[in-house]
Amino acid sequence: MKTKKISGAEAVIHCLLNEGVDLVWGYPGGAIMPVYDEFYKFQDKLKHILTRHEQGAIHAAQGFARSSGKVGVAIATSGPGATNLVTGIADAQIDSTPLVCITGQVPSHLLGSDAFQETDIIGISMPVTKWNYQITKASEIPEIFAKAFYIAKSGRPGPVLIDITKDAQFELFEFSYEKCKGIRSYNPLPKVDIDQIDRAVELINKSKKPLIVWGQGVILGEAEIEFKKFVEKSGIPAAWTILGLSALPTSHELNVGMVGMHGNYGPNILTNKCDLLIAIGMRFDDRVTGDPSTYASQAKIIHLEIDPAEIDKNIKVDVPILGNCKESLNLLTERIENKSHQKWVSKFDDLMKIEFDKVIKGDLNPIKKGLTMGESIIAINKYTKGDAIIVTDVGQHQMVACRYANFVKSKSNITSGGLGTMGFALPAAMGAKMGALEREVVAVIGDGGYQMTIQELGTIFQLQIPVKIVILNNDFLGMVRQWQQLFFDKRYASTEMINPDFVTIAKGYYIDSERVTERKDLDNAVKKMIDSKKPYVLEISVEKEDNVFPMIPSGASVSDIRLD
Amino acid sequence: MEKIKNYTISVYTENNVGLLHRISAIFLKRHINIESFTTSESEIEDVYRFIIVVKMTKSAVERVVKQIEKQVEVIKAFYHKDDETIFQESALYKLKSSSLFEERHIQNIIKNSNARIVTVNPQFFVIEKTGFRSDTEKLYKELAPFGLLQFTRSGRIAVSKEKMGISEILNTFKNQK
Repeated sequence: MKTKKISGAEAVIHCLLNEGVDLVWGYPGGAIMPVYDEFYKFQDKLKHILTRHEQGAIHAAQGFARSSGKVGVAIATSGPGATNLVTGIADAQIDSTPLVCITGQVPSHLLGSDAFQETDIIGISMPVTKWNYQITKASEIPEIFAKAFYIAKSGRPGPVLIDITKDAQFELFEFSYEKCKGIRSYNPLPKVDIDQIDRAVELINKSKKPLIVWGQGVILGEAEIEFKKFVEKSGIPAAWTILGLSALPTSHELNVGMVGMHGNYGPNILTNKCDLLIAIGMRFDDRVTGDPSTYASQAKIIHLEIDPAEIDKNIKVDVPILGNCKESLNLLTERIENKSHQKWVSKFDDLMKIEFDKVIKGDLNPIKKGLTMGESIIAINKYTKGDAIIVTDVGQHQMVACRYANFVKSKSNITSGGLGTMGFALPAAMGAKMGALEREVVAVIGDGGYQMTIQELGTIFQLQIPVKIVILNNDFLGMVRQWQQLFFDKRYASTEMINPDFVTIAKGYYIDSERVTERKDLDNAVKKMIDSKKPYVLEISVEKEDNVFPMIPSGASVSDIRLD
Repeated sequence: MEKIKNYTISVYTENNVGLLHRISAIFLKRHINIESFTTSESEIEDVYRFIIVVKMTKSAVERVVKQIEKQVEVIKAFYHKDDETIFQESALYKLKSSSLFEERHIQNIIKNSNARIVTVNPQFFVIEKTGFRSDTEKLYKELAPFGLLQFTRSGRIAVSKEKMGISEILNTFKNQK
């Protein structure tokens, strides 16, 4: 069958449409102009959103992927366009977010000549992509795009990058598309080993003090229902890592809170008291484990994980269960005994009471004059009824939001976990909104991170993306300041900021905005923001020198967690 | 403390531009020094093989091999201790031709070391020696006094005593389709 010849650039559009993409984020430039010309022609079928910086495009694609569960797509030109994507690619790699990034490249005959806007983005992005490829012939486009989407989404998801030389975008060829169904050197889904399931079941049935720690694997594996069944049948208290948050509702009686550096007192202390730790779709990050030599060293450990490279990487485990946890959790639930561990669970409640008295009470019902980040989050909970997607940046506000935000639905907590990228939240929030239009999206951002990608207010205004933006402003880079206070004798080196008038800036972008400085105005201001159908910026002036507790000092054991 | 040992890592890959970079980045990221690195075709058509020698602990080499295997275009990676492989290195020694004829002792060294003369011309001659590192080093020490014009040694090439079963892995994939 003879097909009509089309250009490489047009083929890119057809590949995206074949993969079900209807929205891409990007920024044009010389080496990608042929593709942009096709965006113009295909604008009815494929929406392109122009961000104000390529970093905005990639974080938006990440937010989109995280709220929708689909592959996010970001596109940029060669050289600086491509390098501006790198932070977001690294962020997506460490947080396992499926992305396809497309960059233009100088014509193939100029490769290696230091041509205008030439950069080796393949070399630069190699350590931070799951896979990447440089296309120099139009005929490669269909197969490479099919592979890219398959690799990005399958197994442990991650970012891929396709670099296309300008001549390949112009070249004409006969296009036909076939989705990728497998790659012989790549096994994304290891088989669940039933022997390991049996060993795990034995340990679970025998255990008197078991603890579950779950991560984003539950969300990425779309295993929320299977996970809940497992928790409820086993009666085991379950704690979450920052990226696992929202996979189980906050109010669930067996949800015992967050583990790690600023996690809850109970699950951290009891990690070193349990007799069995069941780790599900998590990777024992150092912010979770503290000193690995003392981490749950008294316990047997079962690890449900899709990526074989994570087994025994940071913590040696007794029973590894490879595969998608959606499948392995079902196999476990079928086989385990129906149990409850009331006495053991009550230990979490006891420790929660201590944490409440020493930390939470003061955060949520403060007696001091200044507003706290904690009460700001509670006000958001109140008016969103825990139904919003909360997108956070990095720092104190992030920890406070994760500690106090209520969640009823999965895929509702979007934050930069592994890389800790300041500037993530504002663009990620607009991406998250476009990925879940029916949901309320509230970005909670510190005054530091906000100013790293503040230019995306332009995108939000132009597209009228109705995200709600809360700036928790303490006029400091709060988390660094906290460390300076605790570990550097209060030498506040370059952490205090004299900030602009954020309300005026929002208004400059024609975005409604208000500032709250007093407790009596907080509730109404949050209500007004949530009631608005338009983008909205709410600046909340909070205490300048508040600290986030509990805290595990870096390098200390999880059981050395401090309450003050 | 775990002991540091020589490990030979064998990696079977699809031929792909840039895979070398991707694999070496895994070592770079962990600040691991590569003792030697060789790449060639393998026994299977269109499948390539990397032989990487490192000095590290068993648990560290295990982790690195998993990271290598995680790369999309890597079919399979293995690690072996020295006694689990048959391995060799090659070295080339370039000397002035005059010394071959004027120093009778050189001819004895060549004969006793089982080295091979690759080429001789009026200006220089080249000797090749394949064996263990200790063999090529011994010959180096013996020839050095005569003035080596050039010396070079290859990375390690190795085959494992155990079966690595790459064809089986590739066949399983074919049968799934």
